Amino acid sequence: MVHSTMNARRYLVLAVVTLTSAFGDTFLDIGMKKLPLVSFHHLGTLLVALRTPWIIAGIILLIGFFASYLTALSWADLTYVLPATSLGYVIVALLGKYWLHEQISGARWLGIALITVGVGFVTRGPSYTEMPALVDSQGSRSVSAARSDDEAVATTAKVGRP
Amino acid sequence: MSPVHGLATAAMIASIVVTATAGDVLTASAMRRIGDLDEIRARSGMAGAIRAVVTSGRFISGVLCMALSFFSLLFALSHADLSLVAPASASMTFVSNAAAAKFLLHENVDRRRWVAVFCVCCGVALLAH
Repeated sequence: MVHSTMNARRYLVLAVVTLTSAFGDTFLDIGMKKLPLVSFHHLGTLLVALRTPWIIAGIILLIGFFASYLTALSWADLTYVLPATSLGYVIVALLGKYWLHEQISGARWLGIALITVGVGFVTRGPSYTEMPALVDSQGSRSVSAARSDDEAVATTAKVGRP
Repeated sequence: MSPVHGLATAAMIASIVVTATAGDVLTASAMRRIGDLDEIRARSGMAGAIRAVVTSGRFISGVLCMALSFFSLLFALSHADLSLVAPASASMTFVSNAAAAKFLLHENVDRRRWVAVFCVCCGVALLAH
């Protein structure tokens, strides 16, 4: 059974995933460009990078990204979360153009349009595949999707989602 | 690009895709098993939610696979161009994630999701141009 578990707060979490990923990567890019070129013979430069403000800000944002990404995966399917948050690629491209003054070719604009269409497609559909869950002796839940629905109703408890 | 070099590049991209997909699927599986983090946080606080995540074997395995994928990417970047490796691995990971989610996580990947994956996959590949 597939249904939507989304509400305004959860769309906000997806927006946080998208924005923290895009800005985190951009901050890392800015930080690394301010440093001398890192080669395999001078890997110590990477430790210096960890003390620069842009890299620190980028890492903080990427930690925020991972926390919000895990939160999203706890109430939505992987095949919903990944395309729904792929607008981050578009935001990175736009930040590159308007903030870092990079060139965006026609092919890139087409790529941006395709990603936007993909995001529109998936976010208008259901977000979560409900599955029968087993309750083991410790009370923790485990997925048992291989069972038929009838077996599942007889022997397992379904996980309720708001 | 010579045929041997082309094969080596394909193998490096494949290793990024396999480890990234394993990381995503293991992490998603761990989060599904743990349950709604918002509910856990309401019940046990932020510390309880963090404990539930970091004590999951699947989550730890997923993070290890993600780390492996990151180092595979670094290795590939030292031998091949970023403009080939990054979009190729990212777009192929979208497709392999959809297949793995369907067959391993038993998610209902309907036509709408396949179209979305295809659009995002092509879009990411085009962003490299």
